Amino acid sequence: MNIIVCIKQVPETTEVKINPQTNTLIREGVKSIINPFDVYAIEEGVRLKERFGGKVTVITMGPPQAESALREAISVGCDEAVLVSDRAFAGSDTWASSYTLSAAIRKVGSFDVVLCGKQASDGDTAQVGPGISMHLDIPQVTYVKKIEDIKDNAARVERMTEEGYDIIETPLPALFTVVKEINEPRIASLKGMMRAKQAQVIHWTAKDLALEHDKIGLTGSPTQVLKIFTPTPRTAGQMLHGEPHDVAARLAELLKNEVI
Amino acid sequence: MSIQVIIEKCTGCTLCVKACPFDAIRIMDKKAVIDFSKCNLCGACEPACKLKAILLEKPTEAGARFKLSDYKGVWIFAEQKQGKVQSVSYELLGKARELAAALNTQVSAVLLGHQMEAEATELIWRGADNVYLVDARELLNFQDDPYTNVLISLVNKYKPEILLCGATTIGRSLISRVAVKVYAGLTADCTGLDIDPQKKILLQTRPAFGGNIMATIITPNHRPQMATVRHKVMKEAEIDKHRKGKIIREDFKSGELVSRTKLLDIIEEIGSLINIAEADIIVSGGRGMGGSENFKLLEELAKVLGGAVGSSRAAVDSGWMPYSHQVGQTGKTVCPKIYIACGISGQIQHLVGMQSSKTIIAINKDPDAPIFKVATYGIVGDLFEIVPALIQKFKEALRK
Repeated sequence: MNIIVCIKQVPETTEVKINPQTNTLIREGVKSIINPFDVYAIEEGVRLKERFGGKVTVITMGPPQAESALREAISVGCDEAVLVSDRAFAGSDTWASSYTLSAAIRKVGSFDVVLCGKQASDGDTAQVGPGISMHLDIPQVTYVKKIEDIKDNAARVERMTEEGYDIIETPLPALFTVVKEINEPRIASLKGMMRAKQAQVIHWTAKDLALEHDKIGLTGSPTQVLKIFTPTPRTAGQMLHGEPHDVAARLAELLKNEVI
Repeated sequence: MSIQVIIEKCTGCTLCVKACPFDAIRIMDKKAVIDFSKCNLCGACEPACKLKAILLEKPTEAGARFKLSDYKGVWIFAEQKQGKVQSVSYELLGKARELAAALNTQVSAVLLGHQMEAEATELIWRGADNVYLVDARELLNFQDDPYTNVLISLVNKYKPEILLCGATTIGRSLISRVAVKVYAGLTADCTGLDIDPQKKILLQTRPAFGGNIMATIITPNHRPQMATVRHKVMKEAEIDKHRKGKIIREDFKSGELVSRTKLLDIIEEIGSLINIAEADIIVSGGRGMGGSENFKLLEELAKVLGGAVGSSRAAVDSGWMPYSHQVGQTGKTVCPKIYIACGISGQIQHLVGMQSSKTIIAINKDPDAPIFKVATYGIVGDLFEIVPALIQKFKEALRK
């Protein structure tokens, strides 16, 4: 079985802080990590390989330094890694990103399962996974929390919903976006880390992929950022002091109108 | 598409460096230099430069793909589950009416399902001028393929200029694929939607980087302008039974309603517990709860207030609460009217999931806990004394 995992390198967003003097983001020293949700996609890809045999190819689109994310994926069991990187891709929104990634997946060749994290922690859009499935014209199941079984070229999976979950059967190839409930990611072994160090990462640029050039990068992106600004930070309100009983009484009084 | 610094005009004043959210500009030899591996072409630096030394060329030729004047009307996708339109759709209708007023156009809702006549009427009462109703057994429950096919074909037929959809499991799965197919711009999780009074385009404001920055996004040359909005962000449209509107039935051949995936079963797990994303009041517990049995206390308070119980990641990882209750970066984002954080220190990962709540109450024994920095009301003390007192006081207050 050929498994493809799409990942994104993101800044550790929780470390992104605002400089209160200049009202700008401080990104100095903020480290880059694999999008937390993609870590579950990588693990699930490796587990599918262990259950059903085959090969896991991990793909990312991003600047040259995103190669380190790919090596990390190899260290936990992915077999091959592809970096899709080109200045021409700069400014890609989710439309152009899913278009570019789908072209890279096609170039990898035959595949049975494409895995993505449910969303990326920097943009939180949850659009690129579904977008890829549309560009590839394959069925998708989003928010997958369990891949029950794969046989006879079909998969039975559980999709998390607001109320519980759905049980869905899909023919392969298919794309799944996964949630963190799906597994517990492993930690790289020493052997894995050695392998990651030596592994060859394949580099593809815009020229290597069958792309229409007016559909990539900023030109191919329907959305544009008009402006970026810092939200007015929430400020601390009032501290209530006193005996539990009195404090509770005051709070009940303060919230009375909102509660009723 | 390109960005460049006009060296002759640049004085190295560093205004652009400060404006760049991606840390992509450096001053070298008193001139701004853009690091293209970091630059996202967002354009934040361009207006920041008082000397007009930054030249950003945005694409214009894409306009040829769409004849913008053909696109009219504000649409919402009305999400239904088990035959009930979800309240997020009524929230979208409220916003859609404002946008339509600014554009002097009509509001339409698209409703897919089976035997949904009464719900279609309610959509009119809530503000839809038209309801495009597609009734078929195949559309009884959401399935990606038939829903996507139907929505794409309606968009192509009627050409709405704006299409809004709830940022729910269903909405996000569906609308992303529709946007790809019709080559529309799609902005996720908008917290603000307005019409630019001059250009008459949709200004879509959303948080990024876990809420640390806000971005306003536009779709200048593609249509429809599509956006998703999370539940509880917009105000629900009220019912007015005197409102009139048209129900327009659309028929599809069964060939267009085929689903490659098969929905075998729908399992409801939450049962009597209220879904935290839906709740107006959330009582949430963290590491300070000390154990799963203590969450009963929070359940009692939640019950008195008619709210739901949430939890921090620490409590979920300790096995005290199921993941479906987790609030925060790797859990759910909530914005209830009241959020009561009990024994939650307030790590940034938790704060990004709840800091847009209207009123935040923090109860923690550590006076330095970061949760107090965002709390409307803070109480330093033992939650095991304060929460029971709150239960009693709220019971009394609500009895009156």
